[in-house]
Amino acid sequence: MKKRPGKIDGQFIELKLYVAGQTPKSLAALANLKKICNEHLEGKYKLHVIDLVKSPQLAQGDQILAIPTLVRNLPVPIRKIIGDLSDVERVMVGLNLVDIGV
Amino acid sequence: MATPSARRKPESRVLPQLAKARTGIAGFDEITKGGVPQGRPTIICGGPGCGKTMFAVEFLVRGATEFGEPGVLMTFEETAAEMNKNVNSLGFDLDDLAARKKLVMDYVRIEPAEIQETGTYDLEGLFIRLQYAVDKIGAKRVVLDTLEAVFSGFSNQGLLRAEIRRLFRWLKDRGLTTIVTAERGHGTLTRYGLEEYVSDCVIFLDHRVNEQVSTRRMRVIKYRGSSHGADEYPFLIDEQGFSVLPSTSMGLDHAVSSQRISSGVRELDEMLEGKGYYRGSSILVSGTAGSGKSSLGAHLAEQTCKEGKRCLHIAFEESPAQTIRNMRSIGINLAPYVKKGLLRLEAWRPTQSGLEMHLLRIHKLVESYEPNVVIVDPVTNLMAGNTNEVHAMLMRLLDFLKTKQITAFFTALTQGGQALERTEVQISSLIDTWLLVRDIELNGERNRALYVLKSRGMANSNQVREFVMTKNGIRLLPVYVGGGTVLTGSARLSQEAREKAEEALRLHKMKEKSKALEAKRKALEAKIAAMRVEFAEEEERLAQGLKREEQRERILARDLAAMTSLRGGKGASKDQGA
Repeated sequence: MKKRPGKIDGQFIELKLYVAGQTPKSLAALANLKKICNEHLEGKYKLHVIDLVKSPQLAQGDQILAIPTLVRNLPVPIRKIIGDLSDVERVMVGLNLVDIGV
Repeated sequence: MATPSARRKPESRVLPQLAKARTGIAGFDEITKGGVPQGRPTIICGGPGCGKTMFAVEFLVRGATEFGEPGVLMTFEETAAEMNKNVNSLGFDLDDLAARKKLVMDYVRIEPAEIQETGTYDLEGLFIRLQYAVDKIGAKRVVLDTLEAVFSGFSNQGLLRAEIRRLFRWLKDRGLTTIVTAERGHGTLTRYGLEEYVSDCVIFLDHRVNEQVSTRRMRVIKYRGSSHGADEYPFLIDEQGFSVLPSTSMGLDHAVSSQRISSGVRELDEMLEGKGYYRGSSILVSGTAGSGKSSLGAHLAEQTCKEGKRCLHIAFEESPAQTIRNMRSIGINLAPYVKKGLLRLEAWRPTQSGLEMHLLRIHKLVESYEPNVVIVDPVTNLMAGNTNEVHAMLMRLLDFLKTKQITAFFTALTQGGQALERTEVQISSLIDTWLLVRDIELNGERNRALYVLKSRGMANSNQVREFVMTKNGIRLLPVYVGGGTVLTGSARLSQEAREKAEEALRLHKMKEKSKALEAKRKALEAKIAAMRVEFAEEEERLAQGLKREEQRERILARDLAAMTSLRGGKGASKDQGA
């Protein structure tokens, strides 16, 4: 909504990354995600990192089982990507960003 | 310090037993001698609709309400609301338990379509949720309802297996008594081989249909570190929850009573040492249709109630009202006892449910009503199914009643044309006192005869008695037994009359004979007297003749002497002189 919000159907991407403490997998996921976002979604996303070790009550809401899990709440439908997000291609597909031409 | 005392322990022969968590499920704790392993996971597996979830939920509910152990219910297939609705029918209110902080429900939704996998991951989220739920209420019990659902949500099987192994370890480390349900697979106990991770206790539930009647069965496949019943146990799920039939008790060690109870029929008591049945024994009356088996049962019911004890009467053929009406015709009025609450008449169709259901229904009635006597009329109506099953069921029923010291009175219908003793072979060995009522058809009449085929622990009569139903109840009359036949009814009466006539005739003949003898004796005696007289006369005559001869002899001698002296007397004087 800052510069060119119209590119993804005028919508903002809301992302949540669920992690459990500072595990290597969590750290890798966060690093990979940041890289993808910086490369492809500059200025069009909002990212929350949720540490379930600190706030376990949040796991139920998004039905988190696997760690790490990246959840795309907006735009609907909800998409979930699990794993350390090392495969950029799959993350893009998973977030449904390829189709919409990002 | 602790070690020496621990070492001394084996001497007192008290070995530490595996700690068990009671499930509170009727019968299950008996089979497993205490419940599921405490602080360890247990697998419940079985096909769809076999009652896995019900078992698991009841385990949690009973734990929370009866044993003060709060629980976590983690479902993978049904939402909390759905689950609550499902178990409401069993009288469980999960929402209420949750409100009272005795239960936490967490529905884990797995939607493969919305999940994309990239790179490595683990199931830490599941652990965190579980930990969070456990901490919330201090849970001691956990149920994971169809944990295997995770296999459909994630593709990395190797990773899942490692995580499941870790999960079981995690549960054990926290001492959580866990039940994991799992769907049965093809040729394996569970579809994803979960049993290889849970080595402590595996329970298998089965739901099968045999001749249109469904039966549910349970088997403890494995129970590490504990002995357990290894049989298949029937179980039921009804409005009071899950109940496993506490089958044949493992030992034959029930207490016995030497007390006697009257059968309600005086003559029958006479045949049983004059005292009647043993209390807590099992009695079987078998006979063909209409032979008066039910009436014997009614007598026992009346007698029990007269003594102020309780009787449970279960009929499979007559409604309670019909039983009361019919028994009134032989002078037994049961209605007042029903009103007083001493007699409970129950009736249902034998085809209404499977054997286990019947058994359980009887169990429940007995548990709630606590009768002294249970009458089942007729028990043969249950025998439609597999005879082995019937046998097992009756054995269980008898065992159950015996351990409770309840007298069991069963009637059995024998089919025409079959040997009376043969049909009950399946159950006769379980019976203590076996009465047989048989029909005797003779001279255009059908009469009944009763005898005691066996009666353990007493010197029972070996007589066959005629069984007569009068307006004042049953009477057992001595029957005519002779010439290889048993006569009853009018045949017996006519035979008795004939015997009487014969006896009179015989007496008469005997009298005549003794009279003739007397006469003969008298005649002989007279003859003897006459002969004696004759002899006496003869003797007299002979004696007199002898006297006369002697006189003549003397006279002759005198004459001779006189004559000699007259002739010179020399010879004579010589003789005389010499």
